[in-house]
Amino acid sequence: MKTVAYRLLAVALIATGLSLTTEAFFTLPNILNILRQASLTFLIASGLTLTILTAGLDLSVGANVGLSACLAATVMKSSGSIALGAATGLAFGALVGIVNGMMVTALKLPPFIATYGMLWTLTGVTYWFMGGDTIHGFSPGFRALGSGYWLGVPVPIYVMAAFLAAGGIFTRYTTFGHEVYAIGANREAARLSGIPVRARLNLVYTLSGAMAGLAAIVYLARLNSAEADIGEALTLPAIAAVLIGGTSLFGGVGSLMGTLVGALTLTLVVNGMNLRAIDANWQPLVTGAIVILAVWIDVVTRQRAEATV
Amino acid sequence: MDSGRSIPGAAYLLVILLVVFSIFGEGFATLPNILNIGVQGSVLLLLALPMTLIIMTEGLDLSMGAVLSLAGVVLATLLMNGHGLAVALAAAAGVGLAFGVANGVLVVLLELPPFVVTLGTLGIAQGLALVLTGGQSVVGIGDALPALYESRPFGVPFSIVSAAGAFLVFGFVMKRTRLGSYVSALGGNREALVLAGVHVNLVHVAIYAVGGLMSGLAALLLTGRMSAGHPTAAIGLEFDAIAAVIVGGTSFERGNGTLVGTLIGVLTIGVLKNGLNVMSVSSSLQVASIGVLVIAALVIDSALTALRRPAGSTA
Repeated sequence: MKTVAYRLLAVALIATGLSLTTEAFFTLPNILNILRQASLTFLIASGLTLTILTAGLDLSVGANVGLSACLAATVMKSSGSIALGAATGLAFGALVGIVNGMMVTALKLPPFIATYGMLWTLTGVTYWFMGGDTIHGFSPGFRALGSGYWLGVPVPIYVMAAFLAAGGIFTRYTTFGHEVYAIGANREAARLSGIPVRARLNLVYTLSGAMAGLAAIVYLARLNSAEADIGEALTLPAIAAVLIGGTSLFGGVGSLMGTLVGALTLTLVVNGMNLRAIDANWQPLVTGAIVILAVWIDVVTRQRAEATV
Repeated sequence: MDSGRSIPGAAYLLVILLVVFSIFGEGFATLPNILNIGVQGSVLLLLALPMTLIIMTEGLDLSMGAVLSLAGVVLATLLMNGHGLAVALAAAAGVGLAFGVANGVLVVLLELPPFVVTLGTLGIAQGLALVLTGGQSVVGIGDALPALYESRPFGVPFSIVSAAGAFLVFGFVMKRTRLGSYVSALGGNREALVLAGVHVNLVHVAIYAVGGLMSGLAALLLTGRMSAGHPTAAIGLEFDAIAAVIVGGTSFERGNGTLVGTLIGVLTIGVLKNGLNVMSVSSSLQVASIGVLVIAALVIDSALTALRRPAGSTA
């Protein structure tokens, strides 16, 4: 918990710096906008956090958001039913997660390469399925999920808060949560102590896929349109959010709260760049540099911890 | 290195694909089309050769496609501004080499996990390419490069000659030099190399550096083919390279692999894409088919490993 506090301090420092140097930063609309944006990143990154906690990885989350959103949009348009469309997106996202889980557990493939193969499979299918089309214009009721307000606060923030609370309880106070950490810390020890490792990993990857499906629905409601490239720029920021939040790539260390702080940090940086009118083309560069820095800190922290044991 | 099997499994797949497409794909088995497969596969081979060494040493380089795109943009911009081809190519190679060395330092000296770190350098290279060009294509690169690209030394397209040359150089280094045997040993036998007094880290960084250098050099062929530089031209090409290496029988976990296997892997992917193209399957589904191919190759590899393992030692 101490590391999360340090990271919150970093967020506060960036925010203070931005509010001192740019006038538009410390205004209610901008703060709400940042929180809304961070909510979307958090939703994608939350399931990913679980896989990384088990010392795994899910590189397919961005591509999964893309195809789930396109499928949901298509069903919504053709059936006219928001519920059916949303259910399709969620179910497809979870299905991708189930397949990822099977590749990792039943087929024993390394998670990074299995989900990397999944990334390109999904990307190819998305482009084929959309054939260059754009689906846009959804009912105001659905769009409220992404861009609406309730009691003056953007709706995605409520979604984020609900899943943060649920996920927090799940990971910290349930046996399942403790088992996820145990698998990440030492898989062999977890197996020997009677934890059903394969079943738990299957569930973790399924949750990661389902959260990508959920994020796809919120994202679709926010953008009010679906194109084949919708998920392309999402993977790197999601991984960045998890790593900045202090979750270790080596498993067993980290938290969903940390990932939220990571998502906030990243969103603040991007927001600051926007406010200072820095070309959006710099964003992949900055995100990439942040990822490398975060991994470096992770490795150094781990080496220090090992040295003191 | 090639104990146990002299013919990579991909060779059978390649023969099957060739037969199927020759029967069902109209215009597949013609000389122009076969040459076309070679031309399309040449850029891929330039990336897949170093990727083989990187994967043999239990690493990965996800940044190659983005670095190649960046090097292409640099090459095209210098040509557009009237610099000579040699200068432009040297700059492109330098950009690639710089990224390769950076990857090597991050992975080997700082001991950061390669698949996430090279995802980071991917972002940096992609961002730089976008910033340099404002997201636009760089056109008006003059006649020197297109003319070189269109040339046919000994009647063979320039890109195929280049790729063949690179294959021979890599093959010579791996088979005939001490450096090659160090690289082979690095995957499964690092400790022995350290004890033998080899500068292991230097060799290991050099492998990533070569990956970057080859990405930079490949910009010559890519830019020549398009007669332009585009900041996202080669995004995702690293996946084809990884696919070729895995299909060619190099394993992530055992540290073994062969360049011949990778060549067959590159040809398999080239034939698959071209054949699907001839049969009017959309290019998007070709991407998906390679994703499925990689997963299938991994599954077969892990099944074969499980079969070879003595009974009773389940993981």
